[in-house]
Amino acid sequence: MNRPAGPESLLVIVPALNEEAAIGGVVRSVREHVPGVPVLVIDDCSIDGTIAAARAAGAEILALPHHLGLGGCVQAGYKLAYELGYGYVIRVDGDGQHDARDIPRMFEQLKRSGCEMVIGSRFVNGGGLRTGAIRSLGIRFFRAVLRPILGKAVHDPTSGFVGVNRRALEVFSHSFPLEYPEIEALVVLQRRAFRFEEVPVAMRPRTSGRSSITAVKSLYYIVHVLLGVFVNVLKYDRRFRRKKAG
Amino acid sequence: MDRLLNVTAALSLVLLILVLVSVRRAHIRVEYSVSWLAAAAVMLLLSRARPLLEAVRRWSGLPDTPLSLFLFAGGVFVLMFFRFSVVISHLRDDNIALAQRLAMLEFHLGQVRKSIGPNEN
Repeated sequence: MNRPAGPESLLVIVPALNEEAAIGGVVRSVREHVPGVPVLVIDDCSIDGTIAAARAAGAEILALPHHLGLGGCVQAGYKLAYELGYGYVIRVDGDGQHDARDIPRMFEQLKRSGCEMVIGSRFVNGGGLRTGAIRSLGIRFFRAVLRPILGKAVHDPTSGFVGVNRRALEVFSHSFPLEYPEIEALVVLQRRAFRFEEVPVAMRPRTSGRSSITAVKSLYYIVHVLLGVFVNVLKYDRRFRRKKAG
Repeated sequence: MDRLLNVTAALSLVLLILVLVSVRRAHIRVEYSVSWLAAAAVMLLLSRARPLLEAVRRWSGLPDTPLSLFLFAGGVFVLMFFRFSVVISHLRDDNIALAQRLAMLEFHLGQVRKSIGPNEN
């Protein structure tokens, strides 16, 4: 992977765990639709041939020595991108759900708007992939929770198809939620008065494997994320009060 | 009541010995053995000194002496579990940071190897 050309440089990161069947297609698709942009697959200690498949498709590999979970995996990619000097990073999931054709639009929006994060949203124009009843209920619930905290509506808070600029990269290199990071990451950014925008994207049903969030885990997910959101809100308030007192 | 106190004293003694042996064999680090040793010592003391246990019962307002012993023991162990949760959380954070750093260093090493060319070995 060459050193980035400058502040406009883009890196596409793909967190992956046991995605041997899908990862090759994801990498090839990204390389086809954003030629010349390096693709970094962050392997969360897969036990199948994910690394070999990704490498054969032309990706660079960041191989974690043991399983860290999605947040730790994505943060490793952000840290490396920040260290290498990339100006922008777009995250694409390794299961084939995200359509690489949307990456150029997300990149353009990131550059044009100057906002710190762009979210690829299934629902921003009222369309999108049909999700299960429990997941759909969860998304509605978190929309309602996040609306007053973020000060604006977010249609797809659980989307993993996100792009960030260097300012967000710096923050995420130091502070990134380790489990179920998407929703908490929004609060982390908002607490620093960073902005985000949503871009309508198409999502496909996953081509292989299963979602890590099963029906049984949904309740744990809701409690965990809610707690994370409120902890982040409290952290900010404490710092803010200390600053004011100083 | 006496039998209960004897059993508690015996269990405390077993815990004390177990922790000391574990420290000696380096199965537990000294800094993490202190709270276990302190808890075992306090339980042993309470079970052997009836007046002290009575004082604890009066202070806590409980109607029953054995209940105050078990409440005290429960409180101590809850505090210890909390302490270990804090320690484990720190260890997990350190572990994640180290794993990420290792992966990044291996990545850089791979890049350097690539730029040098094929290994001559």
